[in-house]
Amino acid sequence: MLIGSRTKRPKNSKLIKSGAEHRLQIYKVPPKETVTLQEFEEYAVERLKVLKAIENAGIRHIRGSEDYNHLVEKEIKKTKLAKIIRTDYSTDCEEFMIDHISHFILRLAYCRSEDLKRWFLQQELDLFRFRFLKENAEDKQKFLKVNSLDYNPISEDEKQRVLQDLMASAGRNSTTADTNEYFKVPFTEVLDLVRGRKVFLSRGFAYVPKDDMISILITHYRAHLSQQLAMTSRALPQLEEDNRLLPMLSGLSKRYLGQDYSSKKSNVGKITAEMIDSLSKQSFPPCMQNLHQSMKRDHHLKHGGRMQYGLFLKGIGLSLEEALRFWRTEFTKAMDGDKFDKQYSYNIRHNYGKEGKRADYTPYSCNKIIMSNAPGPGDNHGCPFRHTDADLLAQKLRLQGISKDFTDKIMKYTRDGHYQIACKYYFDATHSGVEEPDVNINHPNQYFDESQHFYSGKKEAKLPNTPARTGSQRSSQNTPRSQLSQNSQPTSQNTTVDDDMMDDDLCMAAMETA
Amino acid sequence: MTEKSTYDAASLPDLLPIYYKKLFPYGLYYRWLNYGGVPKSYFTNREFSFTLKDDVYIRYQSFADQQEMEKEIQKRCPYKIDIGAVFSHKPKDHKTVKAAAFQAQEKELVFDIDMTDYDDVRTCCSGADICEKCWPLMQIAVKILDRALEEDFGFEHRLWVYSGRRGVHCWVCDETARKLSQNGRTAVAEYLSLVKGGEHQNKKISLDTTRLHPFISQSLEIVKARFYDYAVKKQDFLGDEENHKKVLSLITDETLRTELEKNFTSKEYEENTSKTAWAVLRKHVETKKSEANYKGSKYVLEEIMLQYCYPRLDVNVSKGVNHLLKSPFCVHPKTGRVCVPIDPKKIDEFDPMAVPTISDILEELNSVEKEDSNKKTKEFNKTSLKECTQVFERFVKKLEETWKGKGKMIEQSDMTMEF
Repeated sequence: MLIGSRTKRPKNSKLIKSGAEHRLQIYKVPPKETVTLQEFEEYAVERLKVLKAIENAGIRHIRGSEDYNHLVEKEIKKTKLAKIIRTDYSTDCEEFMIDHISHFILRLAYCRSEDLKRWFLQQELDLFRFRFLKENAEDKQKFLKVNSLDYNPISEDEKQRVLQDLMASAGRNSTTADTNEYFKVPFTEVLDLVRGRKVFLSRGFAYVPKDDMISILITHYRAHLSQQLAMTSRALPQLEEDNRLLPMLSGLSKRYLGQDYSSKKSNVGKITAEMIDSLSKQSFPPCMQNLHQSMKRDHHLKHGGRMQYGLFLKGIGLSLEEALRFWRTEFTKAMDGDKFDKQYSYNIRHNYGKEGKRADYTPYSCNKIIMSNAPGPGDNHGCPFRHTDADLLAQKLRLQGISKDFTDKIMKYTRDGHYQIACKYYFDATHSGVEEPDVNINHPNQYFDESQHFYSGKKEAKLPNTPARTGSQRSSQNTPRSQLSQNSQPTSQNTTVDDDMMDDDLCMAAMETA
Repeated sequence: MTEKSTYDAASLPDLLPIYYKKLFPYGLYYRWLNYGGVPKSYFTNREFSFTLKDDVYIRYQSFADQQEMEKEIQKRCPYKIDIGAVFSHKPKDHKTVKAAAFQAQEKELVFDIDMTDYDDVRTCCSGADICEKCWPLMQIAVKILDRALEEDFGFEHRLWVYSGRRGVHCWVCDETARKLSQNGRTAVAEYLSLVKGGEHQNKKISLDTTRLHPFISQSLEIVKARFYDYAVKKQDFLGDEENHKKVLSLITDETLRTELEKNFTSKEYEENTSKTAWAVLRKHVETKKSEANYKGSKYVLEEIMLQYCYPRLDVNVSKGVNHLLKSPFCVHPKTGRVCVPIDPKKIDEFDPMAVPTISDILEELNSVEKEDSNKKTKEFNKTSLKECTQVFERFVKKLEETWKGKGKMIEQSDMTMEF
């Protein structure tokens, strides 16, 4: 592990030769160097800039495209890690050391919650992919060998046998299928390709074309880093006695990622169950309006909807007692009070951290709603701009009285995949006179807050350090994207959890299916 | 043949004790979950959950061995038993372990197909009801998924179970499957998913590649073989104007759609049954596709067929390593039917309406025992549970074959004292 030391390294001291076999790595071995506290922070910040650049490029362009590569390079060149995008530097240089150390520092900062872990993991994987694809064939091969991931291609005979299937699975590249080399690996090594059905599977083996072998690396790296982050997070409490590191680490993520609306202590108690209906028409974002209306119509919401809506309500300040009243009143229009108490009230109390492992769950950000847990049959959750058929969406906007101008704008951005921008224009359309060109919608509770401030005539000072983001999401071809848009280090003892909630979460869902 | 008695949920408290004493196949059940070639704690660290009378739900149940499990089940008479994951520690001791250290480690890969998820494409029933007109959807689901799990993923040990009311479950028990991470489970479930979209997404399938992935082609073959009988004859899915609209809304090419709208209302097709409508649809689509200026989807008909028939699985059920799922051989409290294993290769002969209820089999047991008190025959073999218990037995034996080798190796090394 790293040691933060007070002694300054003399400027002309020789750097320790790292002995690494390749400038690219998946960070298996922790660094042994000593750094000053200033360097500790500086390296972390520089890497964070790199990861942010990767994230932004991924929002604006399709990964792997020329525009994407160009943007990433441009941004990384501005940081102290500029050299890592060149493929000629040796493992002796300073950049390598900074690359190595900064990764491990950020692990400490980003292992503390599921949201942070997910964000860090995604950006590191994207960075890795970007760097790997820049290497030449020989260096790529060398890297695979160094990491014991070199495989042998399948024989020509075998290939001829399955050629039709290979071509059918190849999608765009079907014409090159018969000249390409193929590797046969257990499907567990190329989960990304399996998930997207981009590879031919037979008896548990995936036939991977040479160009897609990077998927093995990604799967491998993801599994490794995921496990490492979990271990780090478990070990963290024991490292906490250092008061110099702790505040700096928690400041790191706060600086670049915004609010998470976890415990809005200022609001609790102000919202009552009766207020919700009128509030929904006035200040709820379209996703929550939709859930509210579905619930009023069906007197029920499926699990995904209850989670998304319930946590949002918690975020606007609905107390547990009011929440129970609200859900019970609505649900008991179609079921027994008894049934509600037995099957649904536990779920609500769970969301408020009163049951199970008593974690305080955070309301979902736009990013999470758009990218994960897509609605299935019978579901009403999700993002209306993402999860509604285009003509139905246009119709709904017209019915709500949105002007043609605004409707066109909203539909345009929706069609281009910029759902959060579409939402912002929806906000503008329904709050006439508002003028905040740089504020983007990143969180349903943020939408609610902005709306409330608009109506109360007060304009809250802009959130600190929200870089002007486009906040748009476009589906990428290969990897599942789990980007985090916001989180912060809570100062309370409760850990904010997100994916962990799946544990008890799914248990709730299981209870319902008879 | 004993007369089938009507099941009454109120009698469960009286029937369950007998069921759990005489009929639940504890031996086979334990042999399954105890596995082989696994650490001794595999069974003791397995979570079970019970739903008792009055919807009392208790989690984190675990047992030391078959005997303790039998005792506990017979004592509690749960209305429902769920099977969860194998944890790092005994679930019943989880409160004594630090939260972060108590982890779900392994579990079977599971799938849940629920008939309610097809409500937007069923004309006969909705909600929890099923009938012989919509049951073919389950047959299709089992055929498609079982083939893929076996041929694409190489999974050998798949236990299919009727859920007792409106669906089926599948338990994949291969070692690779049990060790899959959440990521891995999601990947498998998404590979198998084609129907995507919530309440506000009408068109749930788009096949927009020039060539279809072999998985899709294989699944289509299965659908095509059954489509006419199911959708045209049983469901009458193009039987009236409203249904025409629904199907046509799945066609994205406007000119094609408007043409078809006209044709469906023209006098030429007076019969206006699904049979003629489907023939009209196919004819027009084929003609349109062969035209030079056609820019629509190549797979219009396939997309329609898949939207009406393709299996709809809930990824959330498959994804979690610690997700609890109802156990085979439970009794469904609402219908009284036993959650029986199904042989996927014989899915077409399986009739969910003929699955015995708990009252049925207890009646059978009574009358059989009066005639023949051969104490040697296992009770469940005296009832109509016999056949499905045999399915279960074959499944368990096949599993046992795989760890025979391992057991032998341990024996041999024990003998020679070489490790």
